[in-house]
Amino acid sequence: MLLRVAIFSAWCIACAAQDFTKDVKPIFEKRCFGCHGPTQQMSGLRLDSADVAQRAASKVLDRVTSTQKGFFMPPMGPRLSDSEIAKIQQWVTASAGPVTAARSTHWAFQPVVKPPRPLVSQREWVRTPIDRFVLARLEKEKIAPSPEADRYTLIRRLSLDLTGLPPTPKEIAEFVADKRPDAYERVVDRLLISPHYGEKWARAWLDLAHYADSDGYEKDNSRPWAWRYRNWVIEALNRDEPFDQFTIEQLAGDLLEKPSVEQRVATGFLRNTLTNREAGVDRIEARFEQIVNRTNTVATTWLGLTVGCAQCHNHKFDPISQQEYYKMFAFFDHAEEEDIDAPLPGEQAPPPEYQAKRDQILEQYWVRELMGPWERRLREAHNNPGLNLEWDFQATEFRAAVDHALHLLSDDPAKRSRREWDRMIGWFVGHIGPDYAKDKRTAGQMREAREKLDALFAALPPYTQAPAMRDDPTIPPTNLRLGGDYKTLGEAVSPGTLAVLPPLEAGANASRLDFARWLVSRDHPLTARVAVNRIWQEFFGRGLVRTSEDFGTQGEKPTHPELLDWLASEFVENGWSMKKIEKMIVMSAAYRQSSNSRPDLEASDPENALIARQARLRLPAELIRDQALVASGLLNSVIGGRGIRPPQPKGVAELSYANSVKWRESTGADRYRRGLYIHYQRTAPYPQLANFDEPDSNVACARRRRSNTPLQALNLLNDPVFYETAQALAKRIEAEGGDNPLAYAYRLTVGRDPSPSERARIEQFRSKGGTWVGVARVLLNLDELITRE
Amino acid sequence: MNIHDYLRIQSRRNFFRTCAGGIETIALANLLAGDGRAADSTASATNPLAPKAPHFAPKAKNVIFLFMEGAPSQMDLFDPKPALQKYHGQSLPPSMTKDLRLAFIKPSAAVLASPRIFKPHGQSGIEFSDFIPNIASCADDICLVRGMVTDAFNHHPGQLLLFTGSQQFGRPTLGAWVLYGLGSESQNLPGFVVLSSGVGTSGGASNFAPGFLPSAYGGVMFRGGPEPILYLSNPEGVTAQQQRAELDVLRDLNQERLKKTGDVEIASRIASYELGFRMQSAAPDLIDFSKESAATLDMYGVNQEPTRPFATNCLLARRMVERGVRFVMLMHASWDQHTYLNRELKKNCAITDQPTAALIRDLKQRGLLDSTLVVWGGEFGRTPMVENRVTSDPENAGRDHHPFGYSIFMAGGGIKGGTVVGKTDDLGFNVVEDKVHVHDLQATILNRLGFDHTKLSYRYMGRDFRLTDVEGNVVQKMLA
Repeated sequence: MLLRVAIFSAWCIACAAQDFTKDVKPIFEKRCFGCHGPTQQMSGLRLDSADVAQRAASKVLDRVTSTQKGFFMPPMGPRLSDSEIAKIQQWVTASAGPVTAARSTHWAFQPVVKPPRPLVSQREWVRTPIDRFVLARLEKEKIAPSPEADRYTLIRRLSLDLTGLPPTPKEIAEFVADKRPDAYERVVDRLLISPHYGEKWARAWLDLAHYADSDGYEKDNSRPWAWRYRNWVIEALNRDEPFDQFTIEQLAGDLLEKPSVEQRVATGFLRNTLTNREAGVDRIEARFEQIVNRTNTVATTWLGLTVGCAQCHNHKFDPISQQEYYKMFAFFDHAEEEDIDAPLPGEQAPPPEYQAKRDQILEQYWVRELMGPWERRLREAHNNPGLNLEWDFQATEFRAAVDHALHLLSDDPAKRSRREWDRMIGWFVGHIGPDYAKDKRTAGQMREAREKLDALFAALPPYTQAPAMRDDPTIPPTNLRLGGDYKTLGEAVSPGTLAVLPPLEAGANASRLDFARWLVSRDHPLTARVAVNRIWQEFFGRGLVRTSEDFGTQGEKPTHPELLDWLASEFVENGWSMKKIEKMIVMSAAYRQSSNSRPDLEASDPENALIARQARLRLPAELIRDQALVASGLLNSVIGGRGIRPPQPKGVAELSYANSVKWRESTGADRYRRGLYIHYQRTAPYPQLANFDEPDSNVACARRRRSNTPLQALNLLNDPVFYETAQALAKRIEAEGGDNPLAYAYRLTVGRDPSPSERARIEQFRSKGGTWVGVARVLLNLDELITRE
Repeated sequence: MNIHDYLRIQSRRNFFRTCAGGIETIALANLLAGDGRAADSTASATNPLAPKAPHFAPKAKNVIFLFMEGAPSQMDLFDPKPALQKYHGQSLPPSMTKDLRLAFIKPSAAVLASPRIFKPHGQSGIEFSDFIPNIASCADDICLVRGMVTDAFNHHPGQLLLFTGSQQFGRPTLGAWVLYGLGSESQNLPGFVVLSSGVGTSGGASNFAPGFLPSAYGGVMFRGGPEPILYLSNPEGVTAQQQRAELDVLRDLNQERLKKTGDVEIASRIASYELGFRMQSAAPDLIDFSKESAATLDMYGVNQEPTRPFATNCLLARRMVERGVRFVMLMHASWDQHTYLNRELKKNCAITDQPTAALIRDLKQRGLLDSTLVVWGGEFGRTPMVENRVTSDPENAGRDHHPFGYSIFMAGGGIKGGTVVGKTDDLGFNVVEDKVHVHDLQATILNRLGFDHTKLSYRYMGRDFRLTDVEGNVVQKMLA
C-alpha cells in the first residue's frame, strides 16, 4: 500500500538507474543482498535491479535512516554511513520523478494575457467577439460555419441550457412570431433571471462538490441537512454572486469578518466529503482521508489539476511535489467540521420552554448523574484499551459514530458547548453501556428518557441546521506523510501552494481565507481559465480544453487558446460575473449554429473541435426526468428545500449495507419535484439517476459522461414514474389539444411541429388502435426528447 | 463508403484509441476484418460490448465470482491450525503482535482455537473443515490459496482493493475491466451481471461500478423475483403487442430524426431500445427453471431452505454463462463474524456450501468448467485471536478482521485443480510461503482470460490506469 510510486515514466527510470548502478547498487550489494538480493527476497523485497528497487525506494530510505529498534535496516552490523545514506537519498529523490521547477513552460501556468480580437473576412457572421476567434480558426481551415438553427431549436436550446426546463408552447409561439430584432436577446434575458437558472447551474457545481445526502461507506447514514448547502448554491447562482466571492465564501466563509449565516453555510462545500463510520475505523486516518479528499476536490475545481498523485510521491508529470501537496493540504488540516443553526426565513429557534422541559426530563431520570460514571468508564477504555473488552467495544463504537468523538473523550467536559452536551446525552441515552444494561430497571428508565426526549424534539417546529467548517488553531502543524500513509510523518510543512503558481502574499502564515483569495487573485493563471472552460463545456458539450478536469501536462491542449484567454480575461474584467460571460456565449453566432452533423467535416473534425456546428447533447439524468414532468404537467416547480424520494422498485435501497437505508417514498406534490432534489444515497443511488450517468459523488466530477444503454431504454419505457407521466401527458393532449392534439403534443415534448411523415406514422399507429397513452410513451422516449439539439 | 460507415468506423477507432497497447492492435485488426463484412450492422458497430480478442489465447472465457462479503474465517474453513489448541486462551507471543493494529480487538487478545474438524479430501488430499463437506468433495478441481494477503482491514476499503485494485474511490471494478477487455457474447443479456442473496454489502455498488470506464461496462444488478432487471416488465396494462407496436413507431420516428440530423448517436439509441426489448423476453427465459431436471434442482438445493436464494443464484450463474454473459458476480453477505462465530459460520455454510459445489460440478459435467473461472472469497480473513463483546457469554466469541493471511479458492478456467498455494505460520497469523497479494490474484485472473495485466489499461486524467495499479504478479503455481 505504501509502494505507490508509479512506473510510467521511462525517462525517470533511465536517469535514476544511472545513479543506481554506479552509486546505490554497490551499497545494497554489500549490505542488503544477503536477504533482499537475487537468491533471497525476504518480505518480498528485492534490491538488485533499478526498476524493482525503485518501487521500494522511499521505504528503504525510511528503514536505513530509522533508529527504531526492530525497524531499522540493516538489522546487523554497523549502520550505513552518512555518505551512503546521502547517495540513497539522492537516488530516491531522482526516482521520485522530475524535481519541481519553479518555472514551467506549460501553457496553463503562464499568465493570462488578453489577446487581440482576430481579423476575419466574413464579418457579417460575427455577433460577439467570441465569433471572431471561432471564425478565424474556421477560415484558416477553410471551413464555413453552420447556418443558424431554426427558432424552435433555438428557444429549446436556450431554455434547456439556462434553466434545464423546456419552453412552454406559449413561449415557443411568441418567440417564433416575434419579429423584433432583439427577440432572441429578450429570451436570453428572461431565462437568465428565471429562478430555475440556479437549479440548472447548481447541478454542475454540485458534481464538483460531489454533493450527496448521505455519509457514504458501509453505514451510509443520511445527512439530514446537506440540502442547506444546495440551497445556498442555487441562491448564489441566481443572484449571480461573482465567482471570486462565490469561491471565497465556500472555502473560507467562516473566516470572513463577522461572517453571516449564509457565508458559513457556503463552507458546506467542504462538507461533502465522505464519512466512514464503520466501527473499526481509526478516526485519525478517517480525518486524514477527508482532508486528502478536500485538497483534491479544491485542486480539481479551481486549479483544474489532478494533484492526488502527490499525496504519495512527487507528481510524475506535473510540477507538483509531495511537499507542495501537503502545503495545500495544510490549509484544510486546520479546519474542523461544525454544524450550525442556519434557519430559513420564518423559522424560530426552539423556545426556552423546550430547554426547560428537556432539563426536566434529564432531571427526572437522573440522566446527567448516570452519565457521569458511564463517561468515566468510556474515557478509561479510550485511554487504556485492553482492560475490559466490553468497554473497549463501547469506546470503538463511540469514536466511529459520534462526531468529534476524540474531542468529547479528551476535552474538559466543563468547557463543552450546549451542542456538545446534547450530542453526548443523545448518545448516552441510546448506548448506556454494559454496566447499566445489566440492570433492567435502569435500562428501562433510560429507554423511557430517550423516548421522551425524542418526542419532545419531534414536536418542535423545524429549525434548519447546516454542515459548515470552522478554523481550529489548536491543531498542530501539518506534516508531510511519507508514501501518502497517514501514520508515517515526514517533515513539517507550512501552508502554501505550488511553486509554479504566483506566490501567496501572506507567506507561511497564510490562512484558508488567504488561500481562497489567492485562487481568485487577478494574476492567477488557472482559476479563471478553468471556470470559463467549464461554462463553455455546458454550452457546447466539450470545453475548449476538452479535459476540463485536467489542465496539467497530461490534459489536452486548448483547441482555441486565444479564445480561452480572452474569455478568462473578460470574466475577471466583468467582475467575475458568470451570467455576463454566459450571456456573451449564448449571444454568439457560434452558439446559435445548427447542430446537424456536417458530412463535409466528418473526416477532418469528427468531434467538432473546431465548432463548425453546435452539438447534439443527451441531457443529464436529472433533466431527463424534468422533461417528462414538464411535458405531462406534473412538475412541482418549488425551488430549494430538502430532498425527495420518488417511487423506486423494492430492493434498490435494500441493497445497501445491512439494509440500513430506508427509502420513504415522498407523497403528494413532492413526488413531482425536479431531479436535482432527489435524495442522493451514496451506496444505493436512485436508479434513474445512476442509469443516466449521474456521477458516483465520491470525488469531484468536472464533466459527466453521456452513455447510451439498454437499461436506459427500459428505464424510460417501463419505470412506473415515467409511465405515470405518459398517462398524464395523454390526458393533457386530449383535454388541451383542441382540434390538433398531435401538434400540441409535439410542442409540449420536443417543442416543434410534427413533419408530415411523422404525423402520418402516428396516425397510422392511432388507426390501428394505438392510444394517446401509447403516443405519449413514444414521444417521451424519443431520442430528441432527451437531447438538446 | 458513405458518411455513416465512415462515422461508424471513426467512432470505433476513437473508442479503441483509449485502450492501450495490445488491445488496440487486436481491436483494429478485428475492426478491419469486420468492416469488410456487409452484414456488419450499425448496431454492432457502435456497440462498445462487441466481443473482442484479448492479448493472447485465453484459458477462460467467463468468470463467476462468488463474493463472500465480510471475510469468512479461514482457520475454521480452509486453513487448519492445530497449534492454536496449544495457545488457546493465551496471548500471542509479543514478537508476532508488535506494532499490530486491528480493527476492534487488541493485539494481546487471547488465541481462539477452531473447534472444526479438518480432513483430507480427494486424490489431492487437501484438508477442508467439516462445515463445508460439499466444497471439500470438489477438492481435486480446486486450487486453494492459503497465502492471500491484503492491505486493508476495514470492509469497504478492503472490498475496493479486491475489486478495483485501489482503496481510493472511482476506479473500475474487476468485472468492468473484463467486460471492457473482452466485450460480451450475449446478444440479449447484459455482459456483467450481479446477483445478491438478499443482504447488502459494505461496498454496495462500488464493487461492480464501471468507475471511469464507459458506463456500458458496469455490472447490472439482477434482482430476485420475476423481474430480474430493473424496469424489465412492461408497465401494468401494457401488453407485449402494444409495447412492440409503440417501439416500432419510436424506431421509425428516431430514424427520421437520424436522417435529418445525421447524428449516429440516434442509431445507438435505436439499438439500445431493441436490445432492451430483447432483454424483456430473454430475461424471463433465463430465470425460468422449468426445463431444469429435478436432479439438477436438487443438486443445487433450489427448492429447499436454507439454500434456496444462493442456490437460485448459482444456477442462474450457470445459465448466464451458457448464454454468453461474460462476468457473473454472486454476493453473499455477511461473513463478518465478530460474534457468535460458530453459530453464524455454520449458518452461512449451510446456505452456500451445497450450491457452490453444485455449481462447480454442474459446470464440469456440461463441459463449461474448463472455460469458466470460478472464484470464491472475501476481502480479508479473520484473526486467530478471539473477539468477545459479551464476555459473560462464551458462545459470543468471534474473530476480528485479519489482512495478513487468509484463504480463497478458485476452480476451472485454466486453474490447477487439487493444489494448495501458500502457507501460513502455525498460528495462521502471517503467510510464510507463496504470499499472494490481492493484486497478484487480479493479475492471475486476467492472465487466464488472456490478458497481460500490465497492458490492459485505460487512460484517464492523464494517466494509464490498470486493475493492478502498479503491482501484481501472475501466480504461476495456480496455473494449470
